[in-house]
Amino acid sequence: MMKELLEGIKNGNERKIAQAITIIENHRNMGFKLLKKLYRETSLAYLVGITGPPGSGKSTLTDKIVSKWREKDLKVAVIAIDPTSQFSGGALLGDRIRMSNVSTDRGVFIRSMATRGSLGGLNPAIYDTVLLLSAAGYDYILIETVGVGQNEVDIVDLADTTLVVTVPEAGDEIQTFKAGLMEVGDIFVLNKSDRPGVDKMQLTLEQMINLADKEGWEPPIVKTVATKKDGIENLTNKIDEHKNYLEESKLLEDNREEVMRRQLINLLEEKVLARIVNPIKSSAEFTDKMKKIKEVKKDPYTAAEELLADKFQI
Amino acid sequence: MSDKRIKVLIAKPGLDGHDRGAKVIARGLKEAGMEVVYTGLRKTPDDIVRAAIQEDVDVIGLSILSGAHKHLFPEVMKKLKEEGAGDVVVISGGIIPEEDHQFLKDLGIEGIFTPGTPIKEIVDFIEENVN
Repeated sequence: MMKELLEGIKNGNERKIAQAITIIENHRNMGFKLLKKLYRETSLAYLVGITGPPGSGKSTLTDKIVSKWREKDLKVAVIAIDPTSQFSGGALLGDRIRMSNVSTDRGVFIRSMATRGSLGGLNPAIYDTVLLLSAAGYDYILIETVGVGQNEVDIVDLADTTLVVTVPEAGDEIQTFKAGLMEVGDIFVLNKSDRPGVDKMQLTLEQMINLADKEGWEPPIVKTVATKKDGIENLTNKIDEHKNYLEESKLLEDNREEVMRRQLINLLEEKVLARIVNPIKSSAEFTDKMKKIKEVKKDPYTAAEELLADKFQI
Repeated sequence: MSDKRIKVLIAKPGLDGHDRGAKVIARGLKEAGMEVVYTGLRKTPDDIVRAAIQEDVDVIGLSILSGAHKHLFPEVMKKLKEEGAGDVVVISGGIIPEEDHQFLKDLGIEGIFTPGTPIKEIVDFIEENVN
């Protein structure tokens, strides 16, 4: 089965690629076997992240950007990420709705993924999926996510070029943009720019960019009306410019090294969680300690040390 | 380490502009812990099968109120088999007259959930029929 999957992935067989992503998401250990075989012979695709508040037009922009790349005959994959419900563990993945232009194109692969509950950051399966899609021969991978929490910032931070999308009526909302999000933006997209308030928003954005005071690359603001395809060519040109800038300044290598470092840390955490924390959580000792904490016979600080005592010295 | 979650595609085939029902189902399944992809309106059988393949779903839920189920559903089932995805559980909902139920069951669409069905019934059906 592994051999068949590997061959399918390398030949760009959609069904095999899709099944491999499911394995990576659901059966981590089996996924690792696959990824070990792929890693060394894969060069990463160019990663573009797109993020912004709900309703800012990210999916429509994605649709139009991908169409533009397809004119150049580039193979493109889209990873559309939506949050997992903390209560049910389920997720509603609705980004395909606005990608109807490209969803039938054989050169485009779209996959929706949920953030799932990963401790302190990025769901490691997302990076693994990037690797897999690179191995399958996609030239560009576009990762789309709502920019609200730390998880989302981490996801877009993976990207080589990160687009932060906003709209004229966002008004005060932009003030609440996480500082982190402003820092990761390489290009700011002012979408729905045929609406009132566009000049004011542009000014606000300019001020925020100036405050961030990035060295080297000055993030441009690109006005678009995604539904009418206005400004899309300008946007893809800016992405190219940023890509050239990263390549020439060797920052691309640095960025990818940083991504690897984080992924390595992610994997360490994931393994510690699976092998040490999760078994403790389901042990009788854990239940017992919880009971004592509830009855105020024990404090959680001591309990944590005791639960880990036979695993290693802290 | 297994973190299996049931993944469902809720799809609207054909020329049918009503998706309140589909959205209610999508939300209900999400609340039951499933990962639900929604296609949006007016999809062709090709669109639906391609989305199902790329998303590698366990279940496809076809929602239809236009009356064209006897035309569109066989297409979806045929294309799924052609793509080697005949193992995907297909269920349906919307306005489907009683006399057409056997026709759909013969196609392999065992779960038919018309208006008034409690969401729990659909959740139970999916959980029983996936693997």
